[in-house]
Amino acid sequence: MKTRQILLGNEAIAHGLLETSCTMATSYPGTPASEVLGTLAQLKKQQTLGLHLEWSINEKVAFEVALANSFTGRRSAVIMKQVGLNVAADPLMSAAYTGVTGGFVIVVADDPGPHSSQTEQDSRFIAMAAKLPVLDPSSPAEARDFVRQAMSLSEKYEIPVLLRPTTRVCHARQDMELHQSFQKEQPPVFQKNPGRWAATPKFRLLLHRQLNEKLEKIALDPEFLPYLMNEKVTTSQSDPWQRSCVVASGVALAYAREILFDLGLWDRVAVYKAPMPYPLAPSFRDEVLSRYERILVLEESYPVIELQFQDRKRVFGRTTGTVPTSGELLPEVVETVLRGFLGLQSAPLIGTSGSPGRRPTLCAGCPHRAAFFAIKKVFHKKGIYPSDIGCYTLGLNLNVVDTVLCMGASISQAAGFHHAYQAVGKEDIPAICATIGDSTFFHAGIPALINAVVQRARFVLIILDNSTTAMTGHQPTPASGKSLDGGSVPKVSIPDIVRACGVGFVAEEDPHRLKAMVELLKRARKHVQAKNGGVAVVVAKSPCLMDRNQAEPRVTEWVSVTDECKGCGLCVKEFECPALEPQGKKEPVQIDQTLCSGCGVCVLVCPHGGLVRVGSGE
Amino acid sequence: MQQIIVSGVGGQGVLFVTRLLAEAALELGHSVLISETHGMAQRGGNVISHLKVGSLDNASPLIRPGRADVFLGLHVDAFGVHGFYLKPDGKAFCNAVSGPRLHTTDATGIAMELGAPLSSNLVLLGFASASGFLFCTPERLEIQLIRVGGKHREINLRALAAGLEAYQKNRV
Repeated sequence: MKTRQILLGNEAIAHGLLETSCTMATSYPGTPASEVLGTLAQLKKQQTLGLHLEWSINEKVAFEVALANSFTGRRSAVIMKQVGLNVAADPLMSAAYTGVTGGFVIVVADDPGPHSSQTEQDSRFIAMAAKLPVLDPSSPAEARDFVRQAMSLSEKYEIPVLLRPTTRVCHARQDMELHQSFQKEQPPVFQKNPGRWAATPKFRLLLHRQLNEKLEKIALDPEFLPYLMNEKVTTSQSDPWQRSCVVASGVALAYAREILFDLGLWDRVAVYKAPMPYPLAPSFRDEVLSRYERILVLEESYPVIELQFQDRKRVFGRTTGTVPTSGELLPEVVETVLRGFLGLQSAPLIGTSGSPGRRPTLCAGCPHRAAFFAIKKVFHKKGIYPSDIGCYTLGLNLNVVDTVLCMGASISQAAGFHHAYQAVGKEDIPAICATIGDSTFFHAGIPALINAVVQRARFVLIILDNSTTAMTGHQPTPASGKSLDGGSVPKVSIPDIVRACGVGFVAEEDPHRLKAMVELLKRARKHVQAKNGGVAVVVAKSPCLMDRNQAEPRVTEWVSVTDECKGCGLCVKEFECPALEPQGKKEPVQIDQTLCSGCGVCVLVCPHGGLVRVGSGE
Repeated sequence: MQQIIVSGVGGQGVLFVTRLLAEAALELGHSVLISETHGMAQRGGNVISHLKVGSLDNASPLIRPGRADVFLGLHVDAFGVHGFYLKPDGKAFCNAVSGPRLHTTDATGIAMELGAPLSSNLVLLGFASASGFLFCTPERLEIQLIRVGGKHREINLRALAAGLEAYQKNRV
């Protein structure tokens, strides 16, 4: 009997990888891609498979590790979010030229919206820039099927292939039949070929020509040609859209289909599906342009298919203003666009959200909040606070995060800010205090730190070390001493790295010991300002409370509100712990005991003695 | 097809309720399609799940505004933030917030009385399922909770039952 199971899109992709005999998968966690590798690890354990899985230090490294496996003829995959592909852009562009031998699938999850990212960038465009084919699934089940197709396409033409799901595919769940996964024997065979694997510029030109030839063939591969989805379509003479059609890919296609069904128009408007938005077959382009007068292109998030049509008069999409040029293509947006294109009345207006809702905040008892409060106490409002990517970006709410650019930029930007103020020789250079998480420090912070040291920058850097990659679901870091499957691996010490980068001041403290933390930050500031000072690094070390893999701190104390609390709201405004519930002006604050972790830092935050520790203190 | 919105704030168990309903639907032979909130919003921000149950050959993962048949609001803010998804004659079941179109119960208060403040999500689910507007019965959800098991099994079942009771009391 076949079993049906409800799978998350990312789980479906993992199943697809195993069904296609993938022997290695590497990744760096990032929403919305994080669950693929974790699922592979579970399946590996259940089925005792011999595949190599790793959380790599960053996406560039992940890409190169998996690519070498493919060079030995073994099927491989690398998984990341869209901005991770920016980090891996260097090997991506080059690997397009060298090609591969074992199938090589690059799973890149885009995030139109954006929901959890710094950009809405379209990885299909990067595929185009790299001259690599890209598949664009519209559902979890299809994502799984596309993995298999991507793997065989990759092997057939010896070329890396991108699979580009979006958040609505990655984080959708759907019931589907489970297929058998099997492991084809794939002994590693690395055949030396310097003209290909170590090509000099002269050979690179040849490789480029070969790449172009591959692309021409791939565009015409019948398995990936765009096709008419509603073959029975019969447009009547009286329909105003008689000579119009829709070309779509990804989840926007799923919305368009549902909406046309709801409008009773599915059999009356031609809809073409483009499973592979790039390279688009020139024959398809010419056929559609000759058959239809008006073509609407629906795709996320940039006009990749649209621009390949190269007709600005009859093709409608983002370049003509028919489709919004930013923001997620929500089904209600697709409906508005479709109705406009087909000359239908617009949909009845539905109200939108009547309330702005709650902004995300650091968890109750989060050590980052304590660290941020200590920073605020020492550096005050005049400091400049470059920060980075992770949970601690939420330090924004506490006014101690001024910039968030991309992974690792907190350190390089701190250096840049220093040089900017230093250059004009002003005496009162503002204090610069950067924050970065432990995983982000490993990912991209180390070269930036070495650079800052040798360029004589001066700032305090706080590495917020909660010993995990918290935001994305608690993946291990190189300091954890644990691999993805729980095995023991060498630990890499953050203070040792910092010292080796040439930093003269390195110290560690638990931010929950607020007074000690404040004193340490003052010492760090002094080092920065001293005659022979430089960068000072403070490691704020305390485990993430949400991480089940780390020993739970024993709660022996609780916090209670005293009569001294007059409801001034300072603790709520300056500390923003979700367990502190304001009750309005002049009313004492209340503590939500279901959330309070008993960390007791708020007791030190209140200057009026309104909060006290109670409990055994055993 | 039944379209259900589950709304709350991160940490309240929006995903748990959605998955429980989805597993129940699968047992009943329906297809399911869900869209979930992951990432930064899970840190105490508003989160929403879209759930479609039934014959879904032409369905997409998101529900359009004004089209949800059922709305489950786990948090007092939920309806204000996501209520626009409910269709005009849809049914909303909300925790501790009253309104002209809403079926309301103090799920948090009931869960506190049970000594399990974190199970207000299941109290609300029990409350909603008792109404008969959901695609499945309370008994089906009970079976599903037993199947989920775990150390919270007993308290989960009690929370579901308490929600059921609250609905029946409301009607009297």
